Amino acid sequence: MRPLLGDRRAAFGVAVLAIVASTAVAAPLVTGGRPTAQSDIVATRFLPPLANDRAGGFHVLGTDRFGRDVWTRLVYGARVSLAVGALAVMLSIALGVAVGGAAGFGPGPVQLPLRALTDFALALPRVVLLLLLAALWQPSAVLVIVVLGLTGWMPVARLVQVEVRSLAARPFVESAVALGLSRGRVLWRHVLPNALTPVIVAAALGLGNAIMLEAGLSFLGLGVQPPAPSWGNMIASGRDTLVNAPWVAAAPGIALVLVVVACTLLGDALQDAWDPAGRRP
Amino acid sequence: MVLPLARRALAGTAVVAGVVALTFFLLQLAPGDPVERLLGPAATTEQVALQRHALGLDRPLPAQFAAWLGRFARGDWGRSIVTGGAVRGLLGDAVPATLELAGLSLVLTYLFGLAVGAVQASAGPRLDTALSVTTVTLFALPGYWLGLALIIVFTYWGRALPAFGAAGLDADALAGWSRLVDRLRHLALPLATLTLIGVGGTARFVRGAMRDVLSQPFVRTARAKGLSPFQVTRRHVTRNAMIPVVTLLGLSVPALFSGAVFVEAVFAWPGVGRRLVEAVQARDYPVVMGATVVSAVLVVVGNFLADVATAWIDPRLRQRAPGDVP
Repeated sequence: MRPLLGDRRAAFGVAVLAIVASTAVAAPLVTGGRPTAQSDIVATRFLPPLANDRAGGFHVLGTDRFGRDVWTRLVYGARVSLAVGALAVMLSIALGVAVGGAAGFGPGPVQLPLRALTDFALALPRVVLLLLLAALWQPSAVLVIVVLGLTGWMPVARLVQVEVRSLAARPFVESAVALGLSRGRVLWRHVLPNALTPVIVAAALGLGNAIMLEAGLSFLGLGVQPPAPSWGNMIASGRDTLVNAPWVAAAPGIALVLVVVACTLLGDALQDAWDPAGRRP
Repeated sequence: MVLPLARRALAGTAVVAGVVALTFFLLQLAPGDPVERLLGPAATTEQVALQRHALGLDRPLPAQFAAWLGRFARGDWGRSIVTGGAVRGLLGDAVPATLELAGLSLVLTYLFGLAVGAVQASAGPRLDTALSVTTVTLFALPGYWLGLALIIVFTYWGRALPAFGAAGLDADALAGWSRLVDRLRHLALPLATLTLIGVGGTARFVRGAMRDVLSQPFVRTARAKGLSPFQVTRRHVTRNAMIPVVTLLGLSVPALFSGAVFVEAVFAWPGVGRRLVEAVQARDYPVVMGATVVSAVLVVVGNFLADVATAWIDPRLRQRAPGDVP
């Protein structure tokens, strides 16, 4: 853990995620308005950043075509994006650990089918699966979480399975088996806790990926539905007004890139900290 | 070398078969009713029943699947519920457009990714950090957002490049060079978007692979025996770093296709991805199924070609005894 503290990438990643997350949690404190509030549309629409409307309201990031404050929508959108991303990653990690653990340490007959299933699912283009699943049911945040979770577990399963299989041959696992513990208990108490390091790295990288895909689905109109704000549907709504109001799409895009960069750098730093042998000179 | 590749080909076929079955049964779970969408809310119950019968949607599931599979194998991929056009023709027109965009992008991504990654691996810490910041930002850029940014700059402000479709409205009237130029101008922005979002990941990977090789004992030996840094890099480092980089080729095919879906949607590029998105939004089942299967085939074939390239570039894989697990 030591090297992590001095790693600038980790510091940047944690700082950005902490700021975005706390802003999202404290949304009612950092902004006065409601994300869907519209007043006089004609008077307040397409105000550029740092402008005051006639009623005296200040809009740090401007307003969109309905006169809604972009900063307020960005902050409330962060709630949606972060929550959807985090829950989706938790779901895919739970699935991945379960499948990977069973494929690496479960009873013989289930190992091969589970590995084949993982390989099969890994070979599919994720976005095609996402589109397919997102099209089946009415779009909603819950559906996006489930769909992202169901299509994101495969890399985790692969990592866990490889790790578990190498741990299974280690003396401390053999002795736990020899002591008469059930295989399930050995897996839960002795094998999995030692196999979680790559999972944490995968979680950091997966969070960025999930947030990006949620935004992508919402951008295509298959994710979080307007008027509820999400970074993806904010970019989509700014698409039609690119020329006269580029800030509507720019703000959520920059926020998205920042968060994904933070997740990626944090994942890189975690990887290097926990795997000194693999650290680049 | 042949046997493991044959096994991979077989596995790829199994994946496609699995996708076909999965898609069919997943679509049956969907609550939306394509017939009601087709006929609109004013349709009477009899009209709905008649249309459902005409489309074969009133038969039991396994029968529908068997019928669809049989027709699919014979080349009859059904008709679009929305436009009435033949699915096969719709997708047949789209495949070359996707191959053109994704194929060119793959080549450019690799060229730029290799160059940037190689520079980083041998650069000083400052340049390395600067390039790392660039590549991680490119890696994090959503394709559709970068596409919109490029549209603002090059289409609205610069008035230099078109941002819609694969050819101008007057393309049919053009001949020879002007037609090619029109095509290339339409290709420029989607290709740049897809390439830029890919370069970040590739460069990051190449940098890592080169650095891993640089720390190997044989590199120290090569330096110790007096080879110039250029010779060490060219003869010893690059050749060994190429092995993981070519392996990445296989892994990057699904990601490339995923990126192409969004880029095609933004630029109205007439490829498989755009067809898929449109069909999903309209719940156009036959087109969704066809596009999913075509996507899976494209990705599986791409993976297979990457496997062939890996086996070709890595002598250890080529010389492996037949029957060994790759």
